[in-house]
Amino acid sequence: MLNIEKLQASVDDKPILNGLDLKVNAGEVHAIMGPNGSGKSTLAHILAGREGYKVSGGTASFEGEDLLALAPEERARRGLFLALQYPVELPGVNNMVFLKTALNAVRAARGKPLLDAVGFMKLVRERLGLVQMDERFLKRNVNAGFSGGEKKRNEILQMAVLEPKLAILDETDSGLDIDALRVVADGVNALRSPERAMIVVTHYQRLLDYIQPDFVHVLAGGRIVRSGDRTLALELEEKGYGWLEQEDAA
Amino acid sequence: MSHTTPAMESFVSGEYQHGFVTPIESDTLPPGLDEAVIRAISARKVEPEWMLERRLQAYRHWQTMTEPDWAHLRSSPIDFNGISYYSAPKRDKDAPQSLDEIDPQLLETYRKLGIPVEEQKALAGVAVDAVFDSVSVATTFRKTLHEAGVIFCSMSEAVREHPELVQKYLGSVVPHTDNFFASLNSAVFSDGTFVYVPEGVRCPMELSTYFRINEANTGQFERTLIVAEAGSHVSYLEGCTAPMRDENQLHAAVVELVAMEDAQIKYSTVQNWYPGDAQGRGGIYNFVTKRGDCRGDRARISWTQVETGSAITWKYPSCILRGDDSVGEFYSVAVTRGRQQADTGTKMIHMGSNTRSTIVSKGISAGEGQNTYRGLVRMTPKAENARNHTQCDSLLIGARCGAHTFPYIEVRNPTAKVEHEATTSKIGEDQLFYCRQRGLSGEDAVSLIVNGFCKEVFNELPMEFAVEAQKLLNVTLEGAVG
Repeated sequence: MLNIEKLQASVDDKPILNGLDLKVNAGEVHAIMGPNGSGKSTLAHILAGREGYKVSGGTASFEGEDLLALAPEERARRGLFLALQYPVELPGVNNMVFLKTALNAVRAARGKPLLDAVGFMKLVRERLGLVQMDERFLKRNVNAGFSGGEKKRNEILQMAVLEPKLAILDETDSGLDIDALRVVADGVNALRSPERAMIVVTHYQRLLDYIQPDFVHVLAGGRIVRSGDRTLALELEEKGYGWLEQEDAA
Repeated sequence: MSHTTPAMESFVSGEYQHGFVTPIESDTLPPGLDEAVIRAISARKVEPEWMLERRLQAYRHWQTMTEPDWAHLRSSPIDFNGISYYSAPKRDKDAPQSLDEIDPQLLETYRKLGIPVEEQKALAGVAVDAVFDSVSVATTFRKTLHEAGVIFCSMSEAVREHPELVQKYLGSVVPHTDNFFASLNSAVFSDGTFVYVPEGVRCPMELSTYFRINEANTGQFERTLIVAEAGSHVSYLEGCTAPMRDENQLHAAVVELVAMEDAQIKYSTVQNWYPGDAQGRGGIYNFVTKRGDCRGDRARISWTQVETGSAITWKYPSCILRGDDSVGEFYSVAVTRGRQQADTGTKMIHMGSNTRSTIVSKGISAGEGQNTYRGLVRMTPKAENARNHTQCDSLLIGARCGAHTFPYIEVRNPTAKVEHEATTSKIGEDQLFYCRQRGLSGEDAVSLIVNGFCKEVFNELPMEFAVEAQKLLNVTLEGAVG
């Protein structure tokens, strides 16, 4: 589904990614871990098409298509979803209107009929349960005045409604207490399916207790320095990132 | 967010959507202004002697005045002798009696603007007194209004048919000495709308007038007077667009509202006049004096405006809160893009006790647009327990536009409460990215963000007008940030 080869990227002439390789197939959940500044969020943003990054080498394809040539909305419409570490507030923009506009933009691009208010409400009611939110949530403005936990749940709700093929969760666990973390993780788990791939970007192993990955990769110095299964995450928890960085240098 | 993306640059390049000229023959006075011109205007409108006298008095006063220069605006000087002061669509016989008699080309103009007069009659229940250039050419729903006792007609007709009301109220809120442009208007006003709602009557429909400037190089000097007697209610909608033009056009309208005891007047405006080309040439100069007088206790006047057009907008719809417990409101969205400039706001003059006023101003600047909020809240010594709340928000799109706020607050009564809140924000790259990551196009994203920003004001507009305003905003910001 996603194939990244030798990806190099920089911000303001500062190299962040230095030849990153990653292959993700449908149905798989990959965790990307790494110390602060290792390029985890940069990778997530580049895949989603955020401006401000310069790709200087390598390729990234999504279902055989050159991902990097697409505008952010085109990537979204093809099924790439990024749950942001810091979801953005849109004052005065109703949450339901936002969700419906987004869903219909995605449906239109996929050649599906647009949903009217009734059809949309039916769908969204069903998905609200996944993130343990009630309908009042929809009447508020997008993320405006939301608590940290509410913002993250709203991201997962959007994901549940938009039904992406590839979901990238950028530090979705940051700033969440244990209860909120469980709610978010339950939502994510409910969306796991053989057709859907996920990339979970996180600093801590904690999240992976709830969202169990098939693969764990360690990102350091702009490259994946180690890949393994879940036990790698546990090993990291025990030894810290320094262990790998030293090994890498050696 | 210091950098501007190329997509953001394209924001300013959208062409004006309503730029077309309807080639209708018209009867236009040669450019220039002197007493003879004023007599000619008065004569063409078959006015009584007292009206001519008022015009001449205003003209003589205007000659002693100088053009104000305090606004935060840059403009080339206006040649008042280069303007033609009267233009009326040419007609074979008398004024048309029904829509059937309207020039099909005019109806076509409305169609292009998406204002089908016939449909409006049926759908929205709105009576339309359409002002095309300077003479009213279509009036509908007169009968229903007549039965309710509401007078809704052109100002020229009011001068002839209801001289006692016009003499009593015209110039009673905005005197001919008020300011440079109001004086000029008092001297040369071409036509406009007159509304009179008798005591205790709730006007059975929203009243609406579409203004349209059409004759090249013609000043448009509208005069509107709305009088709501005790306990009456009226809602008035004013919407305008204009065809494309080469030279600057002066528009100096005067609107006067009088609300007696317990009366309510709601005045809504959507203004979309030609803003000029990419270099800022040829746009409308919109210098308007709008003022409402809450003469009776518990009177209420509410101004709502959506200003997206004109090269220069200079207007301050104001409320004089004379009656005790009277209420003034001002809700405004002003958009400037390209080289547009707006200096707009309101004045709330609190004179009665327990008077209240609310100001919500939303300024949006894009391209090289300059947007200024200028507001005065005055609490006079007699304004016991008067209250004002002002909220003034600016949204910037791109890095070359500007937002300015000049709030003037004068409090001469220790019991008065005045609150002022102001914010300035930019449509952030992060907001745009967020929307696009969810599948929205850049344009849809901007429209969503901007409409969200304006929601508080749009909520104040009558429903069908709110939809129109939202559409207009989307059209205005088309080709926006990407």
